[in-house]
Amino acid sequence: MIKVNINGQDREVDAEPDMPLLWAIRDVLNLTGTKFGCGLAQCGACTVHLDGQPIRSCQTAIGDVGAGRITTIEGVSGKVAETVQAVWTELDVPQCGYCQSGQIMSAVALLEQNRKPQDSDIDEALSGNLCRCATYARIRSAVHEAARRLEA
Amino acid sequence: MYPKLFDTFSAPLASVKPSRRSLVLGALASGLVLSVGFRWQSSAQAQEAAKPHPFNPYISIAADGKITIYSSQFEMGQGAYFGIATLVNEELDADWAQINVVGGFGDVAAFGNLAWGGAAQGTGGSTSMTSSWERYRTAGAALRMMLAEAASKAWGVPVSEVSTARGIVSHPSGKTATYAELVTAASALLVPATVPLKPRTAWTQIGKAGLKRYDSRMKTDGSAQFTIDVKLPGMATAVIIHPPKFGATVASFDASKAKDVKGFVDAVQISRGVAVVAENMWSALKARDLVSVAWIEDKAEQRNSADILVAYETQSKAAPLAVARNDGDAAGALAAAGKVLEASFSFPYLAHAALEPLNAVASMTDGTLEIWGGHQMPDLYQYIGSQIAGTTPDKVKLHVMKTGGGFGRRAVFDADVVAEAVETAKALAWSRPVKVQWTRENDMRGGRYRPAYVHAMKAGLDKDGKIIAWSNHIVGQSIMSGTLFEGMAVKNGVDFTSVEGAANVPYDIPNVAVGLSTMQAGVPVLWWRAVGSTHTAYAVETFLDEVAEAAGKDPVALRLELLDKHPRHMAALKLAAEKAGWDKPAAEGRFRGVAVAESFGSVVAQIAEISIPSPGQIKVERVVCAVDCGTAINPDQVAAQMEGGIGFGLSSILGEEITLTAGAVDQGNYDSYTPLRIEQMPKVEVHIVPSEGPPTGAGEPGVPPAGPALANAVYQATRKRIRTLPFSKGFTA
Repeated sequence: MIKVNINGQDREVDAEPDMPLLWAIRDVLNLTGTKFGCGLAQCGACTVHLDGQPIRSCQTAIGDVGAGRITTIEGVSGKVAETVQAVWTELDVPQCGYCQSGQIMSAVALLEQNRKPQDSDIDEALSGNLCRCATYARIRSAVHEAARRLEA
Repeated sequence: MYPKLFDTFSAPLASVKPSRRSLVLGALASGLVLSVGFRWQSSAQAQEAAKPHPFNPYISIAADGKITIYSSQFEMGQGAYFGIATLVNEELDADWAQINVVGGFGDVAAFGNLAWGGAAQGTGGSTSMTSSWERYRTAGAALRMMLAEAASKAWGVPVSEVSTARGIVSHPSGKTATYAELVTAASALLVPATVPLKPRTAWTQIGKAGLKRYDSRMKTDGSAQFTIDVKLPGMATAVIIHPPKFGATVASFDASKAKDVKGFVDAVQISRGVAVVAENMWSALKARDLVSVAWIEDKAEQRNSADILVAYETQSKAAPLAVARNDGDAAGALAAAGKVLEASFSFPYLAHAALEPLNAVASMTDGTLEIWGGHQMPDLYQYIGSQIAGTTPDKVKLHVMKTGGGFGRRAVFDADVVAEAVETAKALAWSRPVKVQWTRENDMRGGRYRPAYVHAMKAGLDKDGKIIAWSNHIVGQSIMSGTLFEGMAVKNGVDFTSVEGAANVPYDIPNVAVGLSTMQAGVPVLWWRAVGSTHTAYAVETFLDEVAEAAGKDPVALRLELLDKHPRHMAALKLAAEKAGWDKPAAEGRFRGVAVAESFGSVVAQIAEISIPSPGQIKVERVVCAVDCGTAINPDQVAAQMEGGIGFGLSSILGEEITLTAGAVDQGNYDSYTPLRIEQMPKVEVHIVPSEGPPTGAGEPGVPPAGPALANAVYQATRKRIRTLPFSKGFTA
């Protein structure tokens, strides 16, 4: 049993320590909002927060999480997250929606640290999140709009 | 999918079904008769959805007011579910907050694609709204009439005095009832013989840009469920070891070392490889690495993709094996022309590379096989599932899941991963449900690519610079040959999908020859978003730019000259040019290119604007897009599909390529196969040409013009013509 803190709860995970956090979250903890896309930190669909920082959960072993606090799309909360999710919905950003948990986790982490991101900041923060539907133009608009609302 | 194909499809059906409207009502009526057990439901679903409802098969209203619409069309991100819900609700007047859409299946009379003559249920060729346009509005309208009639009978008032809004029937006396309250009484009524639809002027939802997708929220909080998210009691997860080369088969395998992996269940041979089964994905992946497989490669494709393309280029210089179009005398006109332009284009294999790697779940309970998956061709998958399981299609229950991108990859003639899931569950003696989950590498190396092609082009200009001849020889694999659609799509040696966009080149040129040489290769190929037009539009539209330059004409002006007989093309092109400010020079450091293409019944014109931020770099700054897709049911979703289509088109042209070395696919993941990322995405402006025509395609038509518009802009910046794709293969700006 491995003890982790996920979405504010202490949980015991019946997994071997080398299991990627992604599969522990999905297959053991049954939180399916975090997605598998590549297994190689190339697509960002598996992005979660570890102590507020975005990480690729497919490249983080569950045994290495230790006392770090994990947040997934199901547990992300607060003013920034709520604003991002509201704007994402209002602008109809998602198409298939599969990558959007990861996009939102990256966008929330960006806006937590930078309330006035430029296009180049958005590109840098979200470059690791592939969207094969190419919803990028709306993602960029949504991040700017969320930033504007958070400033207001 | 393709007009010619559907004409063939629909001809025999037309004699038995006088009109689409009657087909819809007939299905509704049979739904009334067969109200119980008409549609499959799992036990959990059955509880949740309350009683089976007589408005089957299209719409059910539960006791709690929740409305479920059963979609004939598959949702892969393109917004088909939302489009169908919009059509229903324009007529039904329900409350959007109550509406959900799920995939229907197993009733070809109700769900057959009307753009294909209703012969089969399936999603493709950007036909979802064309097929649904009357069917789902009629379903919504018929249901609303029956609810109104039920209220009028209960209240003893004329039906003309009751009105409906937001899921409530009301009467001026103050009486009101919710749809849920009326549904039992309504279900006892006869389906109306005639169902008038609202006139265009009365629409409150169709064509309204402010109407938002009902499913966006579930896609921002992680709650939307995809096939990868299916979890059943006792379910195992399987990872597949596929052959290293297309056409290889298993000689033997050894899984003895895998037995040490915690959670390993079994390794079983299936028709295309070995399924490694475990308690969860991580155990399956670890066990897979310990299974060794010996392959028989005698019949496998062993060539390099580069050699395949060399063979195509050689053939492109010879006479075409088949004629797709022959107007006038192109060869004679070329011989007599004052100036002849020649160019050869090379297009690579392309992977769909959707973010959700292919997957499916199979489970057998009490003689019923259930399959969860991205069922883009449900009838076929139900049939194939039944064949593998040794049962009949009526014993196969499908769960049509939303899918994490499709782009054509979930519509396959052999059911692909769906068959693998059923085969694996069967090999385990149906002892437990099995999810087959492909890895990214399985997906990337799994074939079904956009075929590689070579185009040899020639154009002849007379001494006044007028284009008098056009010749286009296309060389590559056929998508349709050897499939169920061969009889409809392949005529006189010409696979329609190989030449669409080229054989119907719209420009007014007196002598046109379009030839096709279909080549054999052991690489499995498939439709890929926008299919033939992904290469034909690039060859046609960039080569026409060369003609414009040779003729000393503005590329927009020349196109307009040659499109005199194509008013939709002209209107889209003029709108794009106007919105892009084509009549004024591009800003300092900006360069523009134009392209226009018709595909799937829609016409799209795009103007790309680029800069060269540093030597060797191309930045796509802006794309202005004008689209005529008939009536735009959800204008904001048409815009979204154009935005996404442009990103998808640019992505392939800039940097996507599948290559083979000695028959093995070189690319495995997104590090070597590189779809567009956010920093490469331009600003996109979409303008919709006003139209009162029936809806045509939106999911695919945004793709074809993006690449050639970009290439034509790059030429303006660099004076280099890019004829070998992708750009990343050797081109520097």
